[in-house]
Amino acid sequence: MSLDLKYTYTEKKDTRSGFGDGFLEAGRRNPNVVGLCADLIGSLKMGDFQKEFPDRFFQTGIAEANMIGLAAGMALGGKIPFAGTFANFATGRVYDQIRQSVAYSDKNVKICASHAGLTLGEDGATHQILEDLGMMKMLPHMTVINPCDYNQTKAATLAIAEFEGPVYLRFGRPSWPVFTPANQKFEIGKAWKMIDGSDVTIFATGHLVWEAVVAEAMLREEGIHAEVINIHTIKPLDTEAILESVKKTGCAVSAEEHQVNGGLGDSIAQTLILHNPAPLEYVGVNDSFGESGTPTQLLEKYGLNAENIFEAAKRALARK
Amino acid sequence: MKKQSLPELQKICSQLRRDVLRMVHAVQSGHPGAPLGCAEYFVALYFDQLNHNPDFQMNGKGEDLFFLSNGHLSAGWYSVLARSGYFPVEELKTFRKLNSRLQGHPATHEHLPGIRIASGSLGQGLSVALGVAQTKKLDKDSSVVHVLMGDGELQEGQVWEAAMYAAHYGMDNVIATVDYNGQQIDGPTVKIMDLKNLKAKWEAFGWEVIDTKEGNDLASVIAGLEKAKSLTRKGKPILNLLYTEMGYGVDFMVGTHKWHGSPPNDEQLALALGQLEETLGDY
Repeated sequence: MSLDLKYTYTEKKDTRSGFGDGFLEAGRRNPNVVGLCADLIGSLKMGDFQKEFPDRFFQTGIAEANMIGLAAGMALGGKIPFAGTFANFATGRVYDQIRQSVAYSDKNVKICASHAGLTLGEDGATHQILEDLGMMKMLPHMTVINPCDYNQTKAATLAIAEFEGPVYLRFGRPSWPVFTPANQKFEIGKAWKMIDGSDVTIFATGHLVWEAVVAEAMLREEGIHAEVINIHTIKPLDTEAILESVKKTGCAVSAEEHQVNGGLGDSIAQTLILHNPAPLEYVGVNDSFGESGTPTQLLEKYGLNAENIFEAAKRALARK
Repeated sequence: MKKQSLPELQKICSQLRRDVLRMVHAVQSGHPGAPLGCAEYFVALYFDQLNHNPDFQMNGKGEDLFFLSNGHLSAGWYSVLARSGYFPVEELKTFRKLNSRLQGHPATHEHLPGIRIASGSLGQGLSVALGVAQTKKLDKDSSVVHVLMGDGELQEGQVWEAAMYAAHYGMDNVIATVDYNGQQIDGPTVKIMDLKNLKAKWEAFGWEVIDTKEGNDLASVIAGLEKAKSLTRKGKPILNLLYTEMGYGVDFMVGTHKWHGSPPNDEQLALALGQLEETLGDY
């Protein structure tokens, strides 16, 4: 059986490459863009920038705390630093440095976090951070972005270079469908309604936007019309778009590669509770660490794939 | 800024100590010990050494910069900033009070001129200073970046990450000073977590290290900073080990960790102020 998908793809690419290509382009557009990386240049795809702009790129060694401080110093001196490492080391390991030297001090630092979530795969739970969005969205002044594919990640990278203020940009390791347009315009804080629907809204972020697109087609086969909204910016959250959609559909599903506690779903729940209480089902990791496996196996085992979104939508509908 | 004579600078030191004691006394909170010990350093830096602009610009292009990594010395820093023209001296009376720009620990959030980064959680200032210093190198800006750290603060691992970076990148436009008073909040550093041979540690990390043995003698402090400056642009970061006494200037406060984070009461304040001449007028 083949699904009638509203979005399709011809190739798969990793979102980290979208970051790497966007970073290089941002460096070409603005000489103030500089880079830092804590011994993961290859993994973060920062090598092309380093090659083209060796004077503007700083290998910091395996020393993430120092890297964040350096970036804060470069920002106050007028540069636009992009500091890259794995999402685990870019958040939990350096939370205090980000809190004091970047967020509280309101420094124009771009924290670029790869290998986020379960889809990191075989490296296992030590590296599969599922708490980073929560940690970052709690920080005042911090903008939190989690794009869905190569093209959107590239566009987001270019957008944050032009945005003044601290940003957490989250992306990942696996090859993933490229289903959004090349050279798209990326508006920070503006949700993107990808599919119109009337029965239930699926709010998805990151890799799970693709799973939501698949789930929508599955639901449609059963006569359920789901609206799919791509929440690439977790903070500031586009509450207007959320409320407008749920007003129409009456129930919702949140989908994210993150803990349910403290993630996108919680932000949506907060919005709905305050303004328009409606049934909401969470698709996320439920208070658990991950483990080694392939991305597909892990999404299945931890309940984060299209099938799970499909089921969650039906549960939400039943509660209307 | 016209350079002042030693006696004139000494007067500022005395006033800075009065400011610190009155500030922490007024709110019965804060950290008097270390800023009393660093009065000569603060005054030497802001009134003699720094080529700086009290007409504050966040990016600090073309001027020497100072970062206070051990943010709990805020009372001393605020005093020297006010006394050197960054903001009205009168504002010192708002220290640690509601709606003040003079937060308990330094912050940029309230836009106090002279502050470029928040500090308080220890170990972060050297990294920030290196970041700005790197920017200055990129921009072919020949000014110098100073940073002050506490000796107890060196127990934080981030300091050594930064130390390694500085030597690797030849950050010879940075002068880091360590307030080497041998005290931290729970007691003497030798008892809490012995720093052992600090000079050898920094040298092993690839730094040029100078000793300023008389950290509470203004002429020695200035000479030390002059020497440090003469060593810039030679490929290595510079560490200034500044031997101070916590609580210096007040006989019953000197040389003990007791006044690290405790304010004087009314009687103690009166006794202390009796030992410090009011030279520039209290705020």
